[in-house]
Amino acid sequence: MDRMGPSEFRAGGSMSRTAAPIVVRGLEHWFGEGEAKKQVLFDVDLVLQPGKLTVLLGASGSGKTTLLTLMGCLRRVQQGSVTLLGMELAGAAEDVLVQCRRRLGFIFQAHNLHDSLTAMQNVRMGLEVHGPAATAQWESAAAHLLDLLGLRERLNYLPGNLSGGQKQRVAVARALIGNPDIVFADEPTAALDKESALNVVTLLKRLGTERGTTTLMVTHDSKIMDLADQIITMDEGRIVQDSSLS
Amino acid sequence: MTELLAKLLGRLPIGWLQLVHNKTRLPAAVAGVSFASVLVLMQLGFLGALVGSIRLPYDQMNADILISASDMNTPADGSPLPRQRMFEALSVEGVARATPLYYGKIEWKQSDGTIRNLDVFGIDPSSETIRNPAIEARLADIARADVALIDAKTRNAPDGLFAQIANGQPYRFEVKGRTLTVVGTFEIGGGFTADGYLVISDQTFLRLFPQRAAGAPNHILVSLAPGADVRSTIERLRAVLPAYDSSVRTVAEAFDKDRAFQTTQRPVGLVFGFGIVIGVLVGIIIVYQVLSTDVAEHLKEYATFKAIGYPQRFFLSIVFEEAAILAALGFIPGFVVSLGLYAMIAAATGLPLAMTGARAVFVLIGVLGMCLLSGAIATRKLARANPADLF
Repeated sequence: MDRMGPSEFRAGGSMSRTAAPIVVRGLEHWFGEGEAKKQVLFDVDLVLQPGKLTVLLGASGSGKTTLLTLMGCLRRVQQGSVTLLGMELAGAAEDVLVQCRRRLGFIFQAHNLHDSLTAMQNVRMGLEVHGPAATAQWESAAAHLLDLLGLRERLNYLPGNLSGGQKQRVAVARALIGNPDIVFADEPTAALDKESALNVVTLLKRLGTERGTTTLMVTHDSKIMDLADQIITMDEGRIVQDSSLS
Repeated sequence: MTELLAKLLGRLPIGWLQLVHNKTRLPAAVAGVSFASVLVLMQLGFLGALVGSIRLPYDQMNADILISASDMNTPADGSPLPRQRMFEALSVEGVARATPLYYGKIEWKQSDGTIRNLDVFGIDPSSETIRNPAIEARLADIARADVALIDAKTRNAPDGLFAQIANGQPYRFEVKGRTLTVVGTFEIGGGFTADGYLVISDQTFLRLFPQRAAGAPNHILVSLAPGADVRSTIERLRAVLPAYDSSVRTVAEAFDKDRAFQTTQRPVGLVFGFGIVIGVLVGIIIVYQVLSTDVAEHLKEYATFKAIGYPQRFFLSIVFEEAAILAALGFIPGFVVSLGLYAMIAAATGLPLAMTGARAVFVLIGVLGMCLLSGAIATRKLARANPADLF
């Protein structure tokens, strides 16, 4: 795989990537109201290290998705503390959460590509959110990243003309083009063949090493677990194992 | 187009790309907006033609001030005025001339049995009552008994009749038991209540309408003396003439009152106004359907963009971008179709139906507003795009 040139990605945020990018303390969360109110997270404590690949494990309903969305500024913190890139999310205003999200990258299990936009244009959307200056060199940056992910011949294809794996790789490129401080990924390799999955994880690892990008990934792929720096296991809303503590 | 819009918007024109991506929805949406544009343009055209036809008799009046019956709404209705009012008006300072105008309606039965309705001006041929060179040139002719001038724009007249009259061959027809001899033509045009006009002398008028008292014209046309102020002269006339039977207005004010009456209180005006509302509603519903479906189909993508950090105004701008594009793309064919329909209907009916620049701009702005309103309603669905649901 080619090395990424420094000019191909947006300049990183102002915060140092040496401090812990995520610190969670005493986090609790409920869904529903009244008698239907159900607690899904119980006293969660967690620290992610900068530039590391952390894998989040747990059965369905164990609370890992809720935890992911809380750390990703997609839900409001109800009780406890989540410090993301030095900013406390509990009680943060909506526009602050929106600003925070611009420093994150999201890779969803479903690609969620815009069907009217080409692969290049979908990737561009990951840059446009940072304003016109960020898109000045967008074509070369997007093309280079898609090339790294093996999509050199599919730059101007619409999602409808791409395979499931190709779509997922475009989604990965969209998440990474903005040079995020943290990448949240939910089963990002589920739709990929072995080689493509390894490529994606290797790219994420390399971003961690070279740029200090932290990755938190939900996966059940044992090969990825082998590459993880930290493995957190959840069960019934609690962290039952954290390899960084053991 | 994509590059142009990208430069204009400063971002990817997602709204445009969404619209052109769906090969069936875009033509349907454009057709819908075009249809609404045609509906509104046609109704406004008809309303304009109604106003234009209301204006026609007023344009012929060679006067500054019009004295009419107090219950008059249009030139053809209202009670006759006592002729005495004309002499009272002449005594008012600032009035140079006051002439009677008789206004009636006749049915012109043609040789094939069809009937045309004509509005009739009965004028004093010794006065300059009518401001129309073709009529002014033939005043001496109509001074003779039962001699008339006819509107060459009268709808559905026999072929070649007006050319024959213009070539000096009089045309005779019977009406109300008398034979009128038409010796000349002029041009005014038909409206919604009459197919054309007929001009005769006041004496011929009174023979045609024997029930009308000689001393009771429909209107008195007043011309001001040089330098006289119209407002103060009107005030003086109102002071002299009893309000229970006379109303005093400028000709323009009388036209405005007539227009207001016919467009808001007569069925024809209300129907056209209602047609405009229907057109706008059709447009709003069609555009709303298109935009709301489009938003619903892209909720996951929008939720993804929300997760990436795009603010709410970004999604609003996409929907409004689509609305504006639909307005522009829909208005253009609607405008072209309307131009053709205007020409066709004007030729078939003789109505003063013409597209004006102001109307085109007004409808374009209206269509844009209609589409933006639809877009604004459709954006309510954006609230359902919750990025937390993506995981």
